[in-house]
Amino acid sequence: MNIASGIVFQVLQSVLVVLIAPLMLGWVNQCRAWLQNKSGAGIWQPYKVLNKLFHKDAVLAHNASHLFRSTPYILFGCMWLAVGIVPVLATSLPFAPAADVIALVGLFALARVFVSLAAMDIGTSFGTLGARREMMIGFLAEPAMLMTLFTASLISHSTSLATIVETLGHRELVIYPSMAFAAVAFLMVLLAENARIPIDNPSTHLELTMIHEAMILEYSARHLALVEWASSLKLTAYITIGIAIFVPWGIAQAGDWTGMLIAIAVLVVKLTLAGAGLALLETVSAKMRIFRAPEFLGTAFMLATLGMLTHFLLER
Amino acid sequence: MKLEDFQIELKPLPGAMPVWHGRVDARQWRTACQQVRDKGGRLVALWGSDNSDRGGGFAVHAALTVQSGLLVIELPFSGGSFPDISDIFPAANRMQRAVRDLFGVGAENAADQRKWLRHTAWPADVFPLRKDASFEFPVSSSKLELNPEAQLATRNSRLETGQTDDYPFVRVEGEGVHEIPVGPVHAGTIEPGHFRFSIVGEGVLRLEERLGYKHKGIEKRFEQMTLAEGAKLAGRVSGDSTVAYAWAYAMAVESAAGMTPPPRALWLRALLLERERVANHLGDLGFLGNDAALGFGLAQFLRLKEDWLRMNAALFGHRYLMDTIAPGGVARDVTPEGMAIMRRDMGAMEGTVALLKGVYDEHAGLQDRFIGCGRIKPDHADRLGLTGLAGRASAVAWDLRAQFPPVPYGEFEVRMATHRNGDVAARVTVRFEEIFESLRLLRLILDRLPLGELASAVPTPPAGALGIGWVEGWRGEVLIALETGPNNGIRRLHPHDPSWQNWPLLERAVLGNIVPDFPLINKSFNLSYSGHDL
Repeated sequence: MNIASGIVFQVLQSVLVVLIAPLMLGWVNQCRAWLQNKSGAGIWQPYKVLNKLFHKDAVLAHNASHLFRSTPYILFGCMWLAVGIVPVLATSLPFAPAADVIALVGLFALARVFVSLAAMDIGTSFGTLGARREMMIGFLAEPAMLMTLFTASLISHSTSLATIVETLGHRELVIYPSMAFAAVAFLMVLLAENARIPIDNPSTHLELTMIHEAMILEYSARHLALVEWASSLKLTAYITIGIAIFVPWGIAQAGDWTGMLIAIAVLVVKLTLAGAGLALLETVSAKMRIFRAPEFLGTAFMLATLGMLTHFLLER
Repeated sequence: MKLEDFQIELKPLPGAMPVWHGRVDARQWRTACQQVRDKGGRLVALWGSDNSDRGGGFAVHAALTVQSGLLVIELPFSGGSFPDISDIFPAANRMQRAVRDLFGVGAENAADQRKWLRHTAWPADVFPLRKDASFEFPVSSSKLELNPEAQLATRNSRLETGQTDDYPFVRVEGEGVHEIPVGPVHAGTIEPGHFRFSIVGEGVLRLEERLGYKHKGIEKRFEQMTLAEGAKLAGRVSGDSTVAYAWAYAMAVESAAGMTPPPRALWLRALLLERERVANHLGDLGFLGNDAALGFGLAQFLRLKEDWLRMNAALFGHRYLMDTIAPGGVARDVTPEGMAIMRRDMGAMEGTVALLKGVYDEHAGLQDRFIGCGRIKPDHADRLGLTGLAGRASAVAWDLRAQFPPVPYGEFEVRMATHRNGDVAARVTVRFEEIFESLRLLRLILDRLPLGELASAVPTPPAGALGIGWVEGWRGEVLIALETGPNNGIRRLHPHDPSWQNWPLLERAVLGNIVPDFPLINKSFNLSYSGHDL
């Protein structure tokens, strides 16, 4: 593979995903509004919000340390790196060997640690409340996430996402029962990790029920913009991981320009469907009592484990 | 209990509701309360008055429910305190503290002597409801200080004069116990109130409310008004209960003046009251779904409520029906076309609500949040005096429309919605049932609305006449106690919201629940801040 074109592809993918991530969020919100018989704010609303926030003056708590100030940048960096690693448009990207799925989960964990620490840094009760809830969700979601990814890697004999995509996407269509289990588990983890209904409610104003929102209550202006943008990046990253593992068809090889164009078109279709599906799921669900979350994520873990067992029983 | 059992001289007040009034001494004050309590009666309201215009001293009044109606007792006293009844009626605690804040006379030896309505808006040695009360606001009230330095200076000057809002919350001690202060400024656009949670992990060990942020001196303002002017203010005590308050006010004035409004006016009042009830229940049901993150419910119910409010605006000139009721009758009539539109509209609405009830009832996720959440057991509800809608969800079978039906309710045999579970689910069910019942009543009212005058003239009542208005609003029983002054004036008026009784029960309802369930529990009560803080 030509290194230069690889770098071009890498830059293209990273920039493109960063730019379309708010659109993804806007699309999900718009679909939710439609499903509730509302006209909605439009799919460009997240960009308007970001624009507004970047033009405001940041307000910081008097006792905010460097940790609080630097966390939005670390968070945004982590998420940006994550979407650089995931084969969103093309495999064999120069960044891909830098991290396999385990490192990817670690990257998300790193972001989580910083956000939680920043939430506790200023010492408000809501920040602490959110941080400890986030930690509870996180430590339950991560193993389930890993088991899901392991199921996929058992088939492709690699924990590298690029290899998984190449193995699953570029061969004859084979139905893997194990992947069905893994897909359900992954969806549950996706909802929990991205603070979506039924675990968290991204649009709530009830401070006592918040998880993710409680942690970022004290952020404002550019800091909040980065945090919000990182949230949409995380959602996009998770959805593209799901796409890469469960419906990888259409993802290009780095350097293949025609394939790239097809890949972009296919990605748009997949993201549109995924966003609409997510909105539908959120519309028909109510938020769970917070202590149901362990059951929910326990189920995800169990399904992922069942997927692995199924692989050993049926697919070897 | 029978009125003859009281060793008090009682005289019935004229008017729509069965009300008796009597003067008592300090011993009889407690005896009468104890007698009422022993027979399962409740305290409806407790308020004070300043008798300095009658030779000095103060009086404290209590409205109590008895089998045959409402018993209003008055205890004139000249010392600095009156006997405490919060051991008999726990609901009296905050009312007695409010009397101390507003009059400077409190309950003797009451266990809880903290302030209640007073924050730092007026100094501790000023008692606003005394006849001679006057003080200068520390900050110029004519223009708002938006300058941060000026605000800081004001704050510092208050600190120097000891005017800090130091309210001693009860501290819970123990390993891992900590507090979450919430409010009075909230993340959403809601009324101000402070909630202090003492928690371990997510479990709530104690919740303490601090209210009074919306105290705006409504009772004092009434005393500067004539009876006719007061109607407008009464309709603004609590915006979501404007019909209930306006009717209660009109009832009190009519009782004091000893007149009865024409039948058509009374029937139209009932029509308005039921429309108010339906509008509020629709909104609450939507928000209850939304608090469990079911945005679908909010969208659907708010659509229904919006249609309903627009109908109000089209037919009665105001979305929330303000100023439709005035002493002597009603200010708005309804045309036959309007009645036809209402009937048609209600038919469609009822079908949609029934459909949505099915969605709520069968939504596993929603029911999981509702059932067992924020439970008030019937014995607690009875002991602590829970009332209104929340009471009916905890087996307190009390609905004035069924108990002491004023005209026209006596003709309908109002079916009371009662449940025993006392949880959020029960309060949701009561709301659904009351919507359907209200729609039934509305149809009956439309079918049989008598023709005639809309209002009669209200004769000027003599000074010192008493009048009680007692109306079942959507939240519970609203009481207005009026004593007229000379020249059609108001000597003393106390509007009483059922939220006074139910706020303390909310503290109880969250015990043993988890912090993130509080908003849902709070919403299921949906108590008034404005109507309570006055």
